[in-house]
Amino acid sequence: MPSGSIDIRYVAQLARLALTDEEIEIFGQQLGNLLEHVNALGELDTASVAATAQVVESRNVMREDRPVPCLDRERVLSQAPQRQGGFFRVPRIIAE
Amino acid sequence: MNGRYEAVIGIECHVELRTRTKMFCGCPNEFGGEPNSKVCPVCLGMPGALPVPNAAAIEHLVTAGLAFGAEIPSFSKFDRKNYFYPDMPKDYQISQYDMPLTIGGVVRYWLEDGTMKQCRLTRIHLEEDTGKSTHAGSGDGRIAGSSYSLVDFNRAGVPLMECVSEPDLRSAQEAVAYLESLRRTLLALGVSDVKMEEGSLRCDANVSIRPAGSNELGTKTEIKNMNSFRSVQRAIESEIARQIEIVESGGRVHQETRGWDEVNGVTHSMRSKEEAHDYRYFPDPDLVPLEPAREDVERLRAALPALPWQRFERYAVEYGLAPKQATQLVDNVALAEYFDRVVAASGNPQQSSNFVLGDLSRLANETGVAVAQSKVSPEDLAELIDLLDSKRINSKIAKELVARMWDGAGSPRAIVEREGLAQTSDPAAIERFVDDVLSANEKVVADYRAGKTNVMGFLVGQVMKASRGKADPALVNELVRAKLSS
Amino acid sequence: MASPLIEKSAAETARDVAGAATSAAEVTEATLERVASVEANVGSYLTVLPELARACAARVDERVRAGERPPLAGVPIAVKDNMCLDGTRTTCGSKILESWIAPYTATAVARMLDAGAIPIGKANCDEFAMGSSCENSALGVTRNPYDPLRVPGGSSGGSAAAVAAYEAAIGLGSDTGGSIREPGAFCNLVGFKPTYGRISRYGLIAFASSLDQIGPLTRTVEDAALAYDAMAGFDPMDATSLDKPVEPAASALRENLQGLRVGIVREFATAALGDELDAVYRQAYRDLERLGAQLVDVSLPTADYGVATYYLIAPAECSSNLARFDGVRYGLRVDGNDVREMYDRTRAAGFGPEVKRRILIGTYALSSGYYDAYYVRAQKARTLIARDFARAFATCDLIACPAASCTAFPFGAKSDPYSMYLMDYYTIPMALAGLPALSVPCGWSTPEGGTLPMPLGLQLCAPLFEERLLLGAAHAYERATRHALARKPALEESRA
Repeated sequence: MPSGSIDIRYVAQLARLALTDEEIEIFGQQLGNLLEHVNALGELDTASVAATAQVVESRNVMREDRPVPCLDRERVLSQAPQRQGGFFRVPRIIAE
Repeated sequence: MNGRYEAVIGIECHVELRTRTKMFCGCPNEFGGEPNSKVCPVCLGMPGALPVPNAAAIEHLVTAGLAFGAEIPSFSKFDRKNYFYPDMPKDYQISQYDMPLTIGGVVRYWLEDGTMKQCRLTRIHLEEDTGKSTHAGSGDGRIAGSSYSLVDFNRAGVPLMECVSEPDLRSAQEAVAYLESLRRTLLALGVSDVKMEEGSLRCDANVSIRPAGSNELGTKTEIKNMNSFRSVQRAIESEIARQIEIVESGGRVHQETRGWDEVNGVTHSMRSKEEAHDYRYFPDPDLVPLEPAREDVERLRAALPALPWQRFERYAVEYGLAPKQATQLVDNVALAEYFDRVVAASGNPQQSSNFVLGDLSRLANETGVAVAQSKVSPEDLAELIDLLDSKRINSKIAKELVARMWDGAGSPRAIVEREGLAQTSDPAAIERFVDDVLSANEKVVADYRAGKTNVMGFLVGQVMKASRGKADPALVNELVRAKLSS
Repeated sequence: MASPLIEKSAAETARDVAGAATSAAEVTEATLERVASVEANVGSYLTVLPELARACAARVDERVRAGERPPLAGVPIAVKDNMCLDGTRTTCGSKILESWIAPYTATAVARMLDAGAIPIGKANCDEFAMGSSCENSALGVTRNPYDPLRVPGGSSGGSAAAVAAYEAAIGLGSDTGGSIREPGAFCNLVGFKPTYGRISRYGLIAFASSLDQIGPLTRTVEDAALAYDAMAGFDPMDATSLDKPVEPAASALRENLQGLRVGIVREFATAALGDELDAVYRQAYRDLERLGAQLVDVSLPTADYGVATYYLIAPAECSSNLARFDGVRYGLRVDGNDVREMYDRTRAAGFGPEVKRRILIGTYALSSGYYDAYYVRAQKARTLIARDFARAFATCDLIACPAASCTAFPFGAKSDPYSMYLMDYYTIPMALAGLPALSVPCGWSTPEGGTLPMPLGLQLCAPLFEERLLLGAAHAYERATRHALARKPALEESRA
């Protein structure tokens, strides 16, 4: 199992969460504590075991290529935090 | 390009699949329309919505893979690619990471001079398209300098095929030829409209250079924002030149993404690859794996139509048609199928091509009736070719007959019989015509003998006229020349 | 004075309404009155739906007049607020969806309404179903009807409290690691989680996709069976829903446990719970025997790793599922100079601390360099746990164990996150294996420092797809022991 503490700042950035310094400290402690318990998983012999992605064993669940009615546009846009005409409006995207 | 260096190019394409509905929901998959009018809880990423895959999209993808000779593995799954962006309704994209629907394959393509080449594929996988954002407030529609963006989710969820090639391409021309073959094939399969101008075909290029003869790969850059095949060509050429210049002046190429600037004909750095996203791929727990049944795969394989590269090879290599003619036929399936029937009946591919692409196509343009829909049956055309091949008629008569067949005159053999249009090859008969013309044009004859040799054309023309076009032009030429020289 | 109508079971109400002995309108009015009089002291509902309830009731009465006999005719239900109901505020107990109106209805909810059920309101829950006490709701406080100083359990605390307080006959909850079974135990109810995939998740706002299941909280096992029968079955809108035929469970209810072997889990020895609780569970196991069951010793060696396994898998999936709450298309938005700032601020303001913790740990577990060590390893541990159950079920038909390690605790008692996670100790392993499991009332105990006896729940678990066996056996136990009837909720009614 990996050792060392979580880089909360980096993870928060990946998750797009703005955290206060206080939160970073507290969460760091709490999640560090959780990870200590989680590290117990290292005791298990999982070498020859397959990961369970899903409990169900279904395969090939698909749907026919047939159109169904869409949502009414006004219903869609009426709850937009900010709209402009028929569009959703967001603040500028900074090009990376 | 500089002979000391070799370019190494790979192409990554995103192709919108032609299905009635989106990849994971029943919203219509159509170009255009009022913004945000073709959306539902699923493709808007609303709370509680779940994806269900489109069976037709899966079939299209497998079909494309089979057409390129790819392997269809027995197990495949969908994965989530996690990142935040305003045109991403769920802030993750459902895609395929380590177990795509097809593996490997080869795209056979041809250059303008007819040389046939191959580029291997790494994989083709299925994913969903994002919405579309337009950037406002900057005056030129670009992100940089914009103050806000507007998002339309009509395109979100459209089924997308991502096609990744190995870096087997060695020039901008090869890259474009590869794209054209890819495009032709997907069109022939009916799986996409593949229109770059509508966004149903998008591509990025990975470009690097290395010293000629080296086997190591140089640092590559990713080129984006190429909106036409012409852009692709110019952008890749520009990038190769840029990299060579850097290396020649002692610098190093940086691994980065560069955007093509169509207006100024250069690439600009967009972002450093060092800042690579951590997409945190994991199997999508909302979807179950795909295990394509062997019978279904074989059914799709059996249903593959004749592929463009196969046609091209037959026409250019086997029949020996000029690459341009072969390509013309490849690009028009109905015409090619017509052509195939003419060849089958006449045994003369070159002449078949000449008539089909020449007189018939011209008549088709003029009258607005397609060749395959015209009154000229392939068998009749084959008959005409036979009459011409056996010298029973001459090419001038043939041309006239084509026009009359187009109007519905039917079998050329019958017309020739009925109207006595058979070419006259009897030397005695032709000699009579020649004598008549020469004696009626003493001054012209005198001019010829005085050195004005170009008047022979006039005299030959007169003989053809006298024979009502039926004289064998080669013989007429021979006899006129002989008599004039004696 | 509360109308007797509200204390009837769902089965009784459905019979009465379908048989026109009572009208759906009457039952609905009585329930709404009850809600008005006790809600101030319970806080089950974030949104009460009087207009919708009355409209649905009128329609059900019409159907009955037309000769129909809807199986849940007139039954008042609470719908956990993480389930979409078209036109209703659906918040998941979170500020980020505080004003969001769902534009569609979850399949499971639609099926309940088709069966004649009446939606009384949207019930409070831990934010995004993350929690075991309902204390993580950002929008309201729900109290345990049996002791207002204690939690109702979670995350389906509001649905449980509503049914326990007679504000509904059926509460729809969702269970990911125990969120139906634990509040069921805390509130003297039957809390039932079917096999993963039995009930559609379409319209259930996702927490952990491979674990979430909708299920009923009820006062009787029969009622749970009726709700299950109405909701279960393949849904083309949910690719993970099972395409297996559903045989009605309501007809499989048993009178005894003759011929059944019940596994008692070595690793879950109840001596660890203290003398009082140990005595209650030992008695419960004896009662199973008296009903004809043969008790068998079974072992689930990997069960001890359940909490660690779950608290990697569930957060990982939720970190991805909750990414969509970004202020772009719906919900809360806090503006920023650019879109990234908007994301960061919106999510910081909209999510509570537990949600943030899980998003962080989940993101970490999936991140480059840690994916194999954490996420994949946890999914492998999951396989081992499922194997343990499969091996155990080779020697028994059902497994019995506690539903929780204690009775409902006081507000604020479990402020350390990990101590709260341990509340799911007994319920997590079944969820990881996708097995059907329920909690049924099995006794009472007055906790240390408390004055009122609080309920305890016996957990029963069956192999995959064996809902009929599970509900059938639970019914026999319930009928023979009747623990739930020993006490009524200690509720004060307030003047409306």
